Amino acid sequence: MLRFALRRLLIMIPIAVIVTFLVYAMVFALPGDPIRALSGQKPLAESVIAAKRAYYHLNDPLFVQYLHFMGNLLKGDLGQTFDGQDIGEQLALRWPVTLQLGLTALAIQLVLGLVSGVYAGWRRDGLVDRALLGATLGVLAVPGLVAMFFAQSFFAVELSWFPVSGATDGWPGSYLLPATVLGVLGFAGLARVTRTSIAEVASADFVRTARAKGLAPNRILWGHVLRNAMLPVITYIGLDLAGILGGAIITEGIYNLNGIGQFMFRSIAMKEGGVVVTLSTVLLLGYMLVNLVVDLLYGLLDPRVRHV
Amino acid sequence: MNRPMAAEPLLDVRDLSVEFDTRAGRLRAVDFVSWTLHRGRTLVILGESGSGKSVSTQAITGILDSPPGHVTGGQALFDGMDLLTLTERARRGVVGSRISLVFQDALSALNPVHTVGRQIAELYRVHRGTSRSDAMKRAAEMLDRVGIPGARGRVHDYPHQFSGGMRQRVMIAMALALGPEVLIADEPTTALDVTVQAQILELLAEIQADTDMGVVLITHDLAVAAEIADDLVVMYAGRVVESGATADVLGDPQHPYTQGLLQSVPSAERRGQDLPAIPGTPPDLMRLPSGCPFRPRCPHAHDRCVTERPALQPAPGELRFGACHLLDQPLSPEGAAR
Amino acid sequence: MSDTALATAATAAELEPVGEDSPRGAAVLRELLRKPRFVLSALAILVIALMAAFPRLFTATDPTVCDLKLSKGAPSAAHWFGYDIQGCDYYANVIYGARPSVLVSVSVCVVGFAVACVLGMLAGYFPGFVDSLVSRTADVLFALPGLVAMIVILQAFSSRSVWTIAFVIVLLGWPAGMRLMRSTVLSVRTREYVLASRALGAGAQHILRVHILPNSVAPLLAMTTLTVGAAVGTEAALTFLGIGLQPPTISWGLQIAIAASYRDDVHLFLFPALLLTITVMAFMITGDTVRDALDPKLKR
Repeated sequence: MLRFALRRLLIMIPIAVIVTFLVYAMVFALPGDPIRALSGQKPLAESVIAAKRAYYHLNDPLFVQYLHFMGNLLKGDLGQTFDGQDIGEQLALRWPVTLQLGLTALAIQLVLGLVSGVYAGWRRDGLVDRALLGATLGVLAVPGLVAMFFAQSFFAVELSWFPVSGATDGWPGSYLLPATVLGVLGFAGLARVTRTSIAEVASADFVRTARAKGLAPNRILWGHVLRNAMLPVITYIGLDLAGILGGAIITEGIYNLNGIGQFMFRSIAMKEGGVVVTLSTVLLLGYMLVNLVVDLLYGLLDPRVRHV
Repeated sequence: MNRPMAAEPLLDVRDLSVEFDTRAGRLRAVDFVSWTLHRGRTLVILGESGSGKSVSTQAITGILDSPPGHVTGGQALFDGMDLLTLTERARRGVVGSRISLVFQDALSALNPVHTVGRQIAELYRVHRGTSRSDAMKRAAEMLDRVGIPGARGRVHDYPHQFSGGMRQRVMIAMALALGPEVLIADEPTTALDVTVQAQILELLAEIQADTDMGVVLITHDLAVAAEIADDLVVMYAGRVVESGATADVLGDPQHPYTQGLLQSVPSAERRGQDLPAIPGTPPDLMRLPSGCPFRPRCPHAHDRCVTERPALQPAPGELRFGACHLLDQPLSPEGAAR
Repeated sequence: MSDTALATAATAAELEPVGEDSPRGAAVLRELLRKPRFVLSALAILVIALMAAFPRLFTATDPTVCDLKLSKGAPSAAHWFGYDIQGCDYYANVIYGARPSVLVSVSVCVVGFAVACVLGMLAGYFPGFVDSLVSRTADVLFALPGLVAMIVILQAFSSRSVWTIAFVIVLLGWPAGMRLMRSTVLSVRTREYVLASRALGAGAQHILRVHILPNSVAPLLAMTTLTVGAAVGTEAALTFLGIGLQPPTISWGLQIAIAASYRDDVHLFLFPALLLTITVMAFMITGDTVRDALDPKLKR
């Protein structure tokens, strides 16, 4: 298992380097003055420009610039926004908000998706299965943006069940509505993947063996089907965290939750390219790290992967 | 070979019929199949793929995928019970412990994410309520018994860490764990090399000699059947076409299909001659020919074969049956009866 | 390659029961037309496509003729959807807003399919360097969370059009389709008719075109139809975030983004959201039914 973990880590490192370098190069290697590009249309004082050039080491070759950038990033020095806020401090303040939103959404999505998916797959073509297929198609067909706005208008503004915006009520009050919307939007894909996987595994040879061993249906489901069926589901969940992350950015914008997503949203609006790149790099690294954990979890569940 | 004629049959299958729902409609995969297994004997069900040989044993043991499969008739008598009418729960008390199964492809028939020890131990835990550690100990004993070297350490290995032959031994260890009275082996050696195949068959024979259990072995391989069968059931298109003691059936085949199978085995005597194969292909169960299903491929087919399906009837010899209109007449060489 | 070889190879292709793997076009269409779900959603797509191509069929009003005095005016009999914040007729604006959505979806669908198809075939058919190059690139892109990656790339463009957005969606989206195509090709390339054709000396290009493509394209086609709806939603989300389409383009995403600041005027949000939802839903349901028809094995 340790060897497996090390190998996954070794595969991830070059990918992380390539990706962060590409992200950096994309913005800083473009023709024209990157400082101008980064600051958008705002006029800047010469001294600010000079400071920015120095901060980003813009007079060095691109790769050296990148190394400086990553070095600072890993040291926790993420630079400042144009109005002088320290990005690192902002992140420290904001990540709990995003984490609470994301985890609540994930929990809702997992409970809904796994329970309905397992049940529907185990009783394939049953009533629940048919209902689930219809419901998930419906959810998939509603654009996330529309669903989030609609939920806010209806449940928060019209019915006043939830606060309309802001995180002042803390968890769960302020998070429940946006997280539920995110969770329900994500549940559809998860439920379908789970259902298909369960149904597929249920017809596997080793399940027939389990029946030939005289095991009760419940024991077959929990002891033999579930763990095997969870393998593709876990991969899906890892990839789908991207959906939650993207959804969190939009949701935080709409519900005015002061998390990292809202920071991103604001930086885009203020045309602060440097901040967007820094935030994206942090999010990319975080996402990759989480997926590494997902990979390891997969290895824990599937001995075949571990022993390769 | 002594025949325990009078002895109580161990497993008595009578007129078993199984149908499948398909897109194109219902088809009859097993049609009035009957056979009898005795204690300490090996019954081989011989047939091509699609002849219904696996489906029949799956139906008896209740592991048939249903839907699409349905048992539509018959009895399977075991120790005074009809396995086909038992409740799910009652059947689970029999299948796995008193009647157990070995499948063809051990790699896919074993759960890839559990150690083999755990998969064997599960039987003791579920059927006998043995403690976890005792169950593992007995699993190791079983692995040792089926000839897996270093069994004590290997209980903690996963199926993919075994070779094909060793995996099939694991499968057999699992089937034998609770000392079954009937072992049903569905093409247990088909996926294996010839040498490994021989070892596995030998293992089965050894264990049978020790335990006096009845073995039902399903195969499409006439050589395997000839080697280990005490009794032989030949199936074609979901029906039994001939059955009886192996020596009788192979020594004096009554059905043209069995004759064809025997002739298509290479032998030293016919060296240099063309190997006669049975012409044509097995029929599509959705579009069975009228009358006798073997008719289109049969060298002896005549008018009666088109209109009337031959029933399984006693054939010359002790406890022999055949399903052919020519059963009562001596068969002349190729096509002469036409 | 000799003509005989070609002819034999072609016969081999005919012998392959295409009907078993992937039903033929006409049969698929017949099956689809029997399903009311498909007919309804396809009709909706047709109407929206018409809206995108010929907005004048639906409105005679110029969406850019505005009167600030009418700003945020409520819907009325004469102006069904009311007015937007600039006092322009909102119905005309919503109609004209169909174009970006349709352009993004169609271009993502066509280009994305082509890229995934070609790269998947190459990766599946040429193991070794080509496969490694394509697959490793896909791995890197696959390791990215989509929206964040899109934000980063779009950030680099000072002005963004429908084509920029379609480009970014395809750039980050092709690995999924490529992987599907690659795995299908891998299973097809070892079939007898391909081996026979290769043994007869057929070239790679010929084999790919005549044998591999027709027999492995169905799953990708099915998958592509399902991603069209998602592309429309992505465009709206990016635009809402301020990193997608920019004014003066008229688009549903922009309208929703603006409506976000004027929550009391429900009509500003309602109409573009409704149209957007209908579009995504129509594409999804069409995709779902097409997938079922194209690939019975995938039927859920």
